[in-house]
Amino acid sequence: MRQLLEALSSLRGVSGFEYRITDKVLEYFKPYADEVYTDTLNNVIAVKRCGIKNAPSIMIEAHMDEIGLMVTSIDEDGFLSFVNIGGIDTSILPGCEVIVHGKKDFPGVIGAKPPHLQSRNEADKRVKMKDMRIDLGFLGESASELVSVGDAVTLCGEFTPLLGTIVSAKTMDDRASVAALVKTFEALSHIKTEVDVYAVLAVCEEVGSRGAKTAGFSIKPDMAIAVDVTHGITPDNSKNAFELGSGTAISKGPNIHPAMSKRLIDTAKRANIKYTVEVEGGDTGTDAWELQVAGVGVPTALLSIPLRYMHTTVETLDINDVYATSDLLTHFIAGLDSDLEGWLCI
Amino acid sequence: MYLKELCEMDGVSGNETPVRKFIKENIREYADEIFTDSIGNLIAKRKGESSEKKVMIDAHTDEVGFIISGITEKGFLEFKTVGGIDTRVVVSKRVRIGKDSVNGVIGMKAIHLQKKSEREIAPKISDMYIDIGANSKEEAERYIELGDYAAFNTKYQEMSGKIIKAKAIDDRAGCAVLMELIKIKPVYDTYFCFTAQEEVGLRGAKTAAYAIEPDIALAVEATTCSDVGGVKEKDYVTKLGSGAAVSFADNRTIVGRDFCQWLYEKSQKAKIPVQYKAAIAGGNNAGAIHLSKKGVKTASVSVPCRYIHSPCSIADMGDIEAVKNVAELFLLCTNELV
Amino acid sequence: MLLERLTKCAAPSGRESALCDILKAESEKFADEVYTDALGNLIVHKKGNGKKIMLAAHCDEIGVAVTFIDKNGYLRFSSVGGVYVKRLLNRRVVFENGVCGVIDTENDNKELKISKMFIDIGAENEKEAKELVSIGDMAVFDGAYIQQDDIVISKALDNRAGCYALIRTLQQAGDKNDLYFCFTVQEEVGLRGARTAAYEIEPDIALAVDVTDTGDVPGCDKMEVKLGGGAAIKVMDRSIICDAGIRSLLIELAKQSKIPYQLEVMCDGGTDAGVIHTTRSGVRTGGISIPTRYIHSPSEMASLKDIDACIDLLCKFCSYDF
Repeated sequence: MRQLLEALSSLRGVSGFEYRITDKVLEYFKPYADEVYTDTLNNVIAVKRCGIKNAPSIMIEAHMDEIGLMVTSIDEDGFLSFVNIGGIDTSILPGCEVIVHGKKDFPGVIGAKPPHLQSRNEADKRVKMKDMRIDLGFLGESASELVSVGDAVTLCGEFTPLLGTIVSAKTMDDRASVAALVKTFEALSHIKTEVDVYAVLAVCEEVGSRGAKTAGFSIKPDMAIAVDVTHGITPDNSKNAFELGSGTAISKGPNIHPAMSKRLIDTAKRANIKYTVEVEGGDTGTDAWELQVAGVGVPTALLSIPLRYMHTTVETLDINDVYATSDLLTHFIAGLDSDLEGWLCI
Repeated sequence: MYLKELCEMDGVSGNETPVRKFIKENIREYADEIFTDSIGNLIAKRKGESSEKKVMIDAHTDEVGFIISGITEKGFLEFKTVGGIDTRVVVSKRVRIGKDSVNGVIGMKAIHLQKKSEREIAPKISDMYIDIGANSKEEAERYIELGDYAAFNTKYQEMSGKIIKAKAIDDRAGCAVLMELIKIKPVYDTYFCFTAQEEVGLRGAKTAAYAIEPDIALAVEATTCSDVGGVKEKDYVTKLGSGAAVSFADNRTIVGRDFCQWLYEKSQKAKIPVQYKAAIAGGNNAGAIHLSKKGVKTASVSVPCRYIHSPCSIADMGDIEAVKNVAELFLLCTNELV
Repeated sequence: MLLERLTKCAAPSGRESALCDILKAESEKFADEVYTDALGNLIVHKKGNGKKIMLAAHCDEIGVAVTFIDKNGYLRFSSVGGVYVKRLLNRRVVFENGVCGVIDTENDNKELKISKMFIDIGAENEKEAKELVSIGDMAVFDGAYIQQDDIVISKALDNRAGCYALIRTLQQAGDKNDLYFCFTVQEEVGLRGARTAAYEIEPDIALAVDVTDTGDVPGCDKMEVKLGGGAAIKVMDRSIICDAGIRSLLIELAKQSKIPYQLEVMCDGGTDAGVIHTTRSGVRTGGISIPTRYIHSPSEMASLKDIDACIDLLCKFCSYDF
């Protein structure tokens, strides 16, 4: 799992530029799937068929895109201006190492004015994104030949093991969930199921669940479980947050089909899998929100992995929670039979 | 009309089951087909004189409310809002929680204990809790599960004349109207949609319209009415007692000119009191329906409702009757529109 | 000139039929099929082989809608689409029936708010006003069409310039691909028309043609797009990150045919492309934009050279062998 998390988190695929990583993501599912493909918007889809005719289908879904930046203009002296793709806390950017995906991948640094040159009240204010520049260290070379407006930029954040089973890296949101899906497919390859399973690694979640929307429409599953991350408890916040190591968070609320959350909780109890309950009164802010109303509607559930420092380059989680998530998905799917009507009826 | 029964039921978005069941029991005999979909919409088809076109008429079953998100060591319940609730109306109200309808009250630090600065600002939901009288977390957990819904506990009451007060008039008034209209034979096959989850983003109507693929649709709603002290006439939006409110546009929909004029003028001719909703504000299921698939001609007609989204709103039975009559005209004369 | 006629027509969101009539008359003789859908989108089909391509240009413009008429004959209103409140004072508005009015505000020296503003149509009282306008009537902002060499200044270049480009492209289109020219409604209030049009057409490929901001006026935010710099090929806005293949194809076509182009990264706002690309199972979508200064003002400014570049690029795209 550690290697898998390290490998997946180090892939660089900003929203809209996932085509850079689809081939690699596909590879992880290939050994366990009957079919793998990418769709029009570059969602990666892996299918595991049960062999029963007209069997019901379940979609398990995680997004593979990551937040990042895009080059908006290039100075005469080679510095790059940029905008965010997805929700980035600008305070993490000064001093941040980045990769600019131009003609090739160029390492860069987001410059910060040295403290010596700042006036007193400047130091108290956050730097605005429009005042930041990426420095590629091109001395005298023509940046505009190597980098173009519209090129994607990813943040750097090496995989770093902390104590015990805690690890930290960029893009654990949501590659940790991708890892959980890989592990689920691996486990299912040893189990006879009575349903077809679709793993969807969706694009463009960070800019508005665009991939999940079209994947939900085209696959039309009989039910769906989205997997994403949720906030871990930190010294400055314990409300609506979960301890690392507390297991997978099972969502409840209008976004979630009540029979599905109940069955997930029952399954977790029976299989002795650690879980918590997360409650949201409306939009869960995940792909589950779009999936639930795709087409004629899809009974939808949501599992979340607790993670500290979301949308930074030091996203931190407990590997055991990723295991708990894949274990629960596996047990849930293994326990399904072809009759969904009965228990899904509300 | 079943208005009293409907308004005294609990059906917070995502948990409309009691309302749906009640409606189903009472309209079953008039429906040619009836089913519930995965999000919780109840859809009843009533055959019309002709099957040439499909008509959708919509009222939402859900209401705004709360959901339990935590239980403290002392047994108090933490909660979040479901749908748009003005947090200033929440403190010191009674609620019913969960499937056993446990009584609770919403509490907050007493005024004596609030700092001067705290008294100036609107109270935050995160500073409030629901008290069910439990002594400990364990005791509370015997009655309450995380994810249980809580709804305002308000009695339906007749006030002076035709004025009533109740919670959830938005949109049980619409449900009550649809329950009456299903008794008449419409001109075209009509789908009576009692939709879920309007208050959290027009979600039920989206999947219902997708499944039905109607040629034309009408949302029957309740809408803001602010004809009260301190508000200038230009900002009333609608007037209580002035009849059914026809929307020309809101934040989610611009109604086709022919459709809204037809509703307004046809009603006037039939001596049904009507008014235009005089603001581009709010949004209702028409917003989701008209953008379904290749587009659906959609309008909305609403009951003016004071203090919408609060524990206690006020409406005029005459306006509700007017909305029913406008919707009936629509069902009987749809052929003039499509 | 056609562009001038198009800008003069009043077509606030949801009330586009007058403009659609002109567009229909202009396209009919070049098309195989012209129709209007439930929302009012005008769809012009030019049959061909190859891919089914949807070209979308919205035809609506921002405006105001009357919500109340007081006893002295003044009108209160709501905005329709993204209206800059701070720039409303003393703007002239024109209703669909030609009635004109001026916007002013109650004088309370506080922050400008639409709820404090009114439209004066010169009516003496409520009765006279009601003979001229009704609640729900919409008006657009007045702004004459001026041409100065290659520069045009007018109201509603957003997006009559795009509509104009589509008509001109249609006139030259061959049958290499199956082309749907869509004049979409209600873009300014939330990309509504394009969504249902795309659902019905179910295209293989789509391009949105709209205006974009420029980064070449004093003190504006950084952006590479310049007036006169050529057709802007869209990379991203807040509603879409364009299909990489379509984007590179557009760049390639522009280079081959020596059509001036620039790359557009728009940090605010979305376009029809946003809802088109998430339609059904997804549509490969890109965008071509016309650089325009002072968008949503009565004096939007664009360059005819840029518009021509967009038309040339659109024509190349439509006749490309996919």
